[in-house]
Amino acid sequence: MTTTTSPLLSVKDLKVAYGGIHAVKGINLEIKQGELVALIGANGAGKTTTLKTLVGMVKPAAGSISFDGQDTSRLAAHDFVSRGLVLVPEGRGIFPRLTVEENLQMGAYYRNDKADIAHDMARVYDLFPRLKERMKQLAGTLSGGEQQMVAIGRALMSRPKLLLLDEPSMGLAPIIVQKIFEIIRMVAAEGVTMLLIEQNAKLALETANRGYVMESGVITVADDAKALLANPAIQSAYLGE
Amino acid sequence: MDHLLQHLINGLVIGSVYALIALGYTMVYGIMQLINFAHGEIVMIGAMVTITCINLLLGANVALPGILLLTIGLAMAIPVSMALGYGIERVAYRPLRNAPRLAPLITAIGLSIVLQQLATLIWGRNYRPFPAILDIKTFEIGGAVITNLQIAIIVLAILIMAALFFLIERSKLGRAMRATAQNIDVARLMGVNTNTIISLTFVIGSALGAVAGVMVAANYDQAHAYMGFLIGLKAFTAAVLGGIGNLAGAVVGGLVLGIVESLGAGYLSDLTGGVLTSSYKDIFAFAVLILVLLFRPSGLLGERVAERA
Repeated sequence: MTTTTSPLLSVKDLKVAYGGIHAVKGINLEIKQGELVALIGANGAGKTTTLKTLVGMVKPAAGSISFDGQDTSRLAAHDFVSRGLVLVPEGRGIFPRLTVEENLQMGAYYRNDKADIAHDMARVYDLFPRLKERMKQLAGTLSGGEQQMVAIGRALMSRPKLLLLDEPSMGLAPIIVQKIFEIIRMVAAEGVTMLLIEQNAKLALETANRGYVMESGVITVADDAKALLANPAIQSAYLGE
Repeated sequence: MDHLLQHLINGLVIGSVYALIALGYTMVYGIMQLINFAHGEIVMIGAMVTITCINLLLGANVALPGILLLTIGLAMAIPVSMALGYGIERVAYRPLRNAPRLAPLITAIGLSIVLQQLATLIWGRNYRPFPAILDIKTFEIGGAVITNLQIAIIVLAILIMAALFFLIERSKLGRAMRATAQNIDVARLMGVNTNTIISLTFVIGSALGAVAGVMVAANYDQAHAYMGFLIGLKAFTAAVLGGIGNLAGAVVGGLVLGIVESLGAGYLSDLTGGVLTSSYKDIFAFAVLILVLLFRPSGLLGERVAERA
């Protein structure tokens, strides 16, 4: 039921209590079809909790979440992927003792369209030739960058309408980070809508269309990515300038 | 070493049974890091239900070949054990999913006792003879004897294990089970209903346990309400020996334990100059457990690849 005017994801007054603390204290977010949105902020600002709540891994204490025109705030975590909402978790979350190929197949777990799955698999291998070379290898034996490729490739196998990426650059060498962000731009160019959490705020904002800044559980600034990059307060707090 | 071949055959037979039971322990451990100590009772109940069914059929003067009676008994016992395994997980373990690990462990031991007591209420405290319905034939190979029943136990165990490995390693369901064992949160994100996967793991392990219970009852011509305790503990030892959580390890551990025990029982009297007789054979299983825990806690096949490169 997506129209051009209504947002793909709409979060209103979302509050989340997680491990006894109020990690998210009433935030509003909106993501439109085709956008790449960055969510930046310091460690512990509540970014990861927000993403986990969007996919049902954590239940909201209050507020509403609507995805693709439907209230998703009470769904079980395993009911999101078939609706097109997919998270690439912090630390990549690959299955270490499954092969690369089996990891990718897990992304298509909810699907039964064999021909289309094979087609998507070929597309992921085109996007990541490295993974094709290693398809029979256990994913746990890959390098960090390759594991991130597995995680993103696996998410693409789910045919996401909205892809949530939690710290895709974490623990990776700078040159690999560049490579991962190239891939993110490629995926965005294919029309996948994305919400990106990133410590590397500069890189995130250079890649995104829009950005939100989160501090201690609240969103303090929301603006176009270019405007955020030019904002002196953001520059001094997050861009190291 | 005159009876070596005979001891090896006997070890292989009981080892196959241990392996089937050990698979149930290791599957559950692999997916939820829980030792389901009630698994031995599921094995016992499989044996008891089969014996009761066969006796009922015999009492009703059903004139069927023994092998068919046994098959019917097994066909009744397997669903009972599966339902029991499912119920145990739902009632006793699921509410404790997020509790400290000691809680489900103590629950498991408590459940084991409850099931034992229930079994004595239903079947009494005495040994139950396995109905003499099978036409046992013996074959001689190289001075050793093997019965058609023992051959059937080994062949059936191999077939069941092959089917299980195919399911786990080759099917979509098996892939989801392995994914759930490795990262349950991410498996959920992939759309896997992990509660269903956990239930299925208990149900499949219980089916294997029921078959193993019938095998051991048929092989030793008897069953007992407390039989699950010792055989369960030995199969658990086999699972630890092979590397708990590792399916191939459970099979290797079961076979090795069966053979060690059989050789031990055979030569214990000679080794100790007659001080200890073969009735002390249970020493071997638990000596193995202690040695493994001391020197190789990860088990024979328990080595795992690095989680992260």
